[in-house]
Amino acid sequence: MSRAQRGRVQRVYVPADSAARSVGADEVADELVAAAAAAGREIQLVRNGSRGMLWLEPLVEVETAAGRIAYGPVQAGDVAALVAAGMLDGAPTQGCHGRTDDIDWLASQHRVTFRRVGVTDPLDIADYRAHGGFAGLERALTMTPAAVVDAVTESGLRGRGGAGFPAGIKWKTVHDAGSDLKFVCANADEGDSGTFADRMLMEGDPFTLIEGMTIAAYAVGATEGYIYLRSEYPDAVRIMRQAIDVAYAHGCLGAGVLGSGLGFDLFVRVGAGAYICGEETSMLESLEGRRGLVRSKPPIPALAGLFGRPTVVNNVLTLGTVPMILAEGPASYQDLGVERSRGTQVFQLAGNVRRGGIVETGFGITLGELVEGYGGGSASGRPVRAVQVGGPLGAYLPVDRFDLPMDYEAFAAADAMVGHGGLVVFDETVDMARQARFAMEFCAVESCGKCTPCRIGSVRGVETIDKIIGGVDRERNLLVLDDLCTTMTKGSLCAMGGLTPMPVQSALQHFPEDFDRPPADTAGLPVPDKFAAETAARNAALMAGEVQR
Amino acid sequence: MSWSTHEVERSTVVREIAASLKGERGALMPILHRVVAEVGYLTHEDTTVIAEVLNLSEAEVHGVATFYKDFRREPAAERVVQICRGEACQAVGAEALVAHATSTLGVEVDTRSADGTVELEQIFCFGNCALGPAVSVDGRLHGRVGPDRLDVLVGARTGGARPAGAQR
Ligand SMILES: Cc1cc2nc3c(=O)[nH]c(=O)nc-3n(C[C@H](O)[C@H](O)[C@H](O)COP(=O)(O)O)c2cc1C
Ligand code: SF4
Ligand code: FES
Repeated sequence: MSRAQRGRVQRVYVPADSAARSVGADEVADELVAAAAAAGREIQLVRNGSRGMLWLEPLVEVETAAGRIAYGPVQAGDVAALVAAGMLDGAPTQGCHGRTDDIDWLASQHRVTFRRVGVTDPLDIADYRAHGGFAGLERALTMTPAAVVDAVTESGLRGRGGAGFPAGIKWKTVHDAGSDLKFVCANADEGDSGTFADRMLMEGDPFTLIEGMTIAAYAVGATEGYIYLRSEYPDAVRIMRQAIDVAYAHGCLGAGVLGSGLGFDLFVRVGAGAYICGEETSMLESLEGRRGLVRSKPPIPALAGLFGRPTVVNNVLTLGTVPMILAEGPASYQDLGVERSRGTQVFQLAGNVRRGGIVETGFGITLGELVEGYGGGSASGRPVRAVQVGGPLGAYLPVDRFDLPMDYEAFAAADAMVGHGGLVVFDETVDMARQARFAMEFCAVESCGKCTPCRIGSVRGVETIDKIIGGVDRERNLLVLDDLCTTMTKGSLCAMGGLTPMPVQSALQHFPEDFDRPPADTAGLPVPDKFAAETAARNAALMAGEVQR
Repeated sequence: MSWSTHEVERSTVVREIAASLKGERGALMPILHRVVAEVGYLTHEDTTVIAEVLNLSEAEVHGVATFYKDFRREPAAERVVQICRGEACQAVGAEALVAHATSTLGVEVDTRSADGTVELEQIFCFGNCALGPAVSVDGRLHGRVGPDRLDVLVGARTGGARPAGAQR
């Protein structure tokens, strides 16, 4: 050991992100501490968020004079050998990727919302400030609320939860609504499979969401905020709650935020395993302590939301982007992106993909650049066949649509949607008839049951696709399926039933050969019908003339 | 109604939880979560007590308690195995993993084994979609879980991992 090393505390980063933990980050962290102690080296272990290069997790970073040096994936059993080979000095051992900031996959991204994720210590508020935290809120507090709303509108920021509604317009409605009590709600239900950006932001940089919600509160005149966080994310719940406590202790929440006249209280509420509670009105019902049944609109939540009061409901990423927009001015955000899709999107590469993780970049990047470029194709090494974009209600796209730019309108024109930015990659072994069936099955399991096209249509959908797969009267059943899809699209109260046909019909459109294979057995596959008893009772009552249709 | 001592104690705990959270806005969900966390599951008597404290109808509380699958109606099995069946995990073999689990554990999805030791649940997404198949065993999340690894994870929580001779 050289003299220079002796006595110097070496800072080492091992993510506490739940994806990193799922592949052994805790064990790696424990071994690092033990190995460093055995080598007589003093280390300061920081449990950061993930850099988003999930295929390299657990990713260990060692701080050196030249910057942070990355090692990954590091397996628990490898740590002692890596330390012996000089990892704690940034030596180019096996599995070393050089400076983290020079890794092309990361360096070529444009990180705005995810700027600090993986860089800072998630719960260290001084670290947050040192990396630009609270600059946006401080700037906002020097402006009028109306000017803050205008800035968000000018930035072109659209809702990242799925529908892409302009955030500034929603905020203006709440701002203009007269009420002595208004709310800001963060939609952290993130139920879409293939998406995990909300989780990673909350686990990796929770103060950003707190700051974004506080700015929203100031802009619209709200005094209370709720983060509706799904129960499948226990780490995010814990970290968010700790961050809120820290923020209160530092005067960043509560009465007189940052010494201003603004009072804002923030609470975390945990979901309870219902996908539909991601739909904003269902979420509001749940927050009020009721079953998550979708409300019909109007009234819109901006005017009559939580407990009937004017309420901002935005996705975590929408709110988490606002601090940067305020700090740097709306123009710098508006400059990014294409057409009417401005700024950046936090894309999530998932499924059968070689390099899965977070790619934040301006809108306009093509589907192929994401899947083949960043993703590196399939993890299995077989050719990619389909990509589902935008969650379980999104379309399945074939490789010949890889030229599609990621842009809300371009996707809509292709009968697809960008949604929350999740891309799920499938290789050639995928059976698209089974995927179509699953879309209907998922809808049957997760439907709130309020309207018939969704509640019953989805169960009929599963049965009909089973017949098609089983080779029963295919021509006719394809027509029945088409009819069902039309009824669901047109007759459903919300996008759960309304968009379930999208994955089904895209599978039919782009992969018709999968519906024309030798008959296969579907016995044993689940046909969920959780409302069967209710439906039967209702039908009986109808027959008996007891209720009106 | 005559309640056993155990039931009386239970109702006291539930009443205290409900009373302590009553002042929160939309208190019912936090109360139900806390009851399940502290006493393990929810009974019909619990919902009666909660309805009383919140001044709600029993039907209302019961309706909420049964709408959400997290509010379990019976104690958790010794081992709770949750397998993600979301599309991203399907793309890397989740359906085969579920089939493996049902056959090796001898339980259907969303049921428990006859002896009550294992419970198998399907989940739609843990937010670990780049490192699937994702599985949670007794609340601990694991990524890239193939059939072999599932056997190890599930086995690690059974008698196999306990010191020899230890009593169950
Ligand atoms: C079935 C269904 C599920 C949804 N799930 C989510 C979700 O998990 N997270 C989310 O932010 N928005 C979700 N949404 C969209 C919300 O209803 C709403 O549009 C969004 O929270 C508004 O915020 P934004 O404008 O910032 O996107 C869902 C919508 C539907 C119909
Ligand atoms: S479409 Fe489905 S989820 Fe939406 S309101 Fe109707 S039944 Fe409920
Ligand atoms: S789809 Fe399995 S963790 Fe997301």
